[in-house]
Amino acid sequence: MEQILRNILDNDFFVYGIMGIVPLVWIVPYALFAIWLERKISAHMQDRLGPMRTGGWHGWSQTIADMLKLLQKEDIIPAAADKTLFNIAPYIIFVSAYAAYAVIPFSSGFIGADINVGIFYIIAVTSLAVVGILMGGWASNNKWSLLGAMRATAQIVSYEIPSVLAVLAVVMIAGTLSLQEINNLQTGWFWNWFVFQKFPFVFVAFIIYFVASLAEVNRVPFDIPEAESELVAGYVTEYSGMKFAMFMFAEFVNMFAVSAVAATLFFGGWNSPFGEFLSGPIWGVFWFLSKGMMLVSVQMWLRWTLPRLRVDQLMYVSWKVLTPWAFACVIAVGFWMML
Amino acid sequence: MAEISEEIIKTSTGTTLRHEEMVINMGPQHPSTHGVLRLEVVVDGEIVIDVIPHIGYLHRCFEKHAESMTNYQQVVPYVDRMDYCAAMNMDFGYVLAVEKLLGIQVPERVEYIRVIMAELQRIASHLIAAGTYGLDIGAFTPFLYMFRERERILDLFEMTCGARLLYNYMWVGGVSHDLPPGFIDKAKDFCQYFRPKIKEYNDLLSYNEIFIKRTANVGILPKDVAISYGISGPVLRGSGVNFDLRRDDPYSIYHKFDWQPEIGKGEVGTVGDCWDRYMVRMREMEQSINIVEQALNQIPEGNIASAIPKRIRPNPGDVYVRTESARGELGFYVISDGSGKPYRIKARSPSFVNLSVIPEISRGGMIADLVAIAGSLDIVLGEVDR
Repeated sequence: MEQILRNILDNDFFVYGIMGIVPLVWIVPYALFAIWLERKISAHMQDRLGPMRTGGWHGWSQTIADMLKLLQKEDIIPAAADKTLFNIAPYIIFVSAYAAYAVIPFSSGFIGADINVGIFYIIAVTSLAVVGILMGGWASNNKWSLLGAMRATAQIVSYEIPSVLAVLAVVMIAGTLSLQEINNLQTGWFWNWFVFQKFPFVFVAFIIYFVASLAEVNRVPFDIPEAESELVAGYVTEYSGMKFAMFMFAEFVNMFAVSAVAATLFFGGWNSPFGEFLSGPIWGVFWFLSKGMMLVSVQMWLRWTLPRLRVDQLMYVSWKVLTPWAFACVIAVGFWMML
Repeated sequence: MAEISEEIIKTSTGTTLRHEEMVINMGPQHPSTHGVLRLEVVVDGEIVIDVIPHIGYLHRCFEKHAESMTNYQQVVPYVDRMDYCAAMNMDFGYVLAVEKLLGIQVPERVEYIRVIMAELQRIASHLIAAGTYGLDIGAFTPFLYMFRERERILDLFEMTCGARLLYNYMWVGGVSHDLPPGFIDKAKDFCQYFRPKIKEYNDLLSYNEIFIKRTANVGILPKDVAISYGISGPVLRGSGVNFDLRRDDPYSIYHKFDWQPEIGKGEVGTVGDCWDRYMVRMREMEQSINIVEQALNQIPEGNIASAIPKRIRPNPGDVYVRTESARGELGFYVISDGSGKPYRIKARSPSFVNLSVIPEISRGGMIADLVAIAGSLDIVLGEVDR
């Protein structure tokens, strides 16, 4: 796609501009849809109907209406808050979520930037969210926000270790950090996907990555930073209107980002599961998005099924369960490759 | 007010760090204080150093109001509003006290109707308790499942007396309406329907690994502490004390039924932890279903209004009647001066007493544990503040 644009425009500035905007074409409708979907999934799991009125068919435009409402709301900044930090925190969180999309390969024909350290870049850039969360929590000058921000920081930093180790297992097999090349290695039928390679070690690595990514995007059972029954709303307590919407938006963008990484690393990314059947750059987008949405749905399913862990138990899970198992996977994969 | 202690801590590099505790106000507007309770929490990071409950945000002068009523019957709606989650149990306690003062014997059919209503209400109340407890722990879905079942109980109540939350159903000497046609079949259907549901909740919530992790060995309330604080109801039984007023100080016709109180056994943790208190409620629902089924099968025909007095004017004297409400020992102390209105009514509300144990059992835990403990005590603020 980059090549096509370059032929038409003949100007690097516009080419990169368009390449940067393309993921938004997916993200914005996706976030609106996913918020609606989460409400519907939770409602049907709970013997309810969820939004039914707005827009006609099953309340499809409820999120759009909510978004318009939030846009019109007064932007309240607490008197005691640090204005500058309070204002930029939501955007930092969103930018860190969005920046990950730069190297996510949507299909064989489209990737924002095919850099040779793609997965490394994603891990680095998504951990920037911690800065935004801590900033927002501290600048709010609210004790609940502060507690939430402290929890979030501890949690995200801890869970990066098992998730990176799980990624390492795949990188060892692939021998590359570039996401596009990792995808190319998984071409063919679905048994070529990395999740079925070196069975069951990479499969365990996938489970570890998925659990750790739940914690990184603050989803149940690891939604401790915003545990509503304990911390009111954690670091978003003082936010309202559009800034709150940015947090919400960033959460859903993040959910898809981690699912997309999982789909790329473990489930063949844009590859068709059936060899040549329905493959190619256009169908690639379809396969990639379906795999990502599948994992997003699993996250939603867990969200409405499980209770929440306590903060010390959360640390226990990270350091004493996931990290040792992730190490074990890395070592096992390493031995297998030497044999 | 709790003191904020400041101490100086030396770090490994020899520099000094200022270290202080933080006071957080949990409530009166907080999602998990179950009403307008305010907990002043002194925390050291996430560790709770001290908790001071502040109550009175829902104080409605029940006792003073009761003295100003024109007669005893008018107090019943006020009693309803004390524990709005278990209004039938509240009515039951109050009318028993006044009947004892008057020396009325109510018809047997009325006794049966009252027991059926009180036990259905106990199930409804425990459903709220268990559901919101799941909510406190972070599990949203069981809450709505339990409300679905509660809805069926409320439908039964609505069918009987027209009201769904505050019934004014039990009157001194009788009840306001007889059971409507079809009630008994519907109630039996409900019992049939509800029994398997308890297992579903146990699978979904009670034996969930994370739920057990969050509640077992948390907020342990030992037997002796529970007794010395005057704790009652499911909280007391959760601590392993086998005491239920329905069996140990029987009132109405509870002696006619075959059932037994449930006590906490500490299966997944220690006796008296949050899980035990929660589980006692889950098992009590099954016992209540047993009682309701037996009562539905045995209920005699008869007139329900024959004992309702035209005029309530008890002889001077006082009486204390205690009943087992959904939350524990509910006592009414009524003094009569021989006139048509009560001279003094004092309610011993179980939630108020149970709440007093919070500081004792939550010190040293984490903030999340405090939420779990407050939820497991199952307080209703309307009854705490009256």
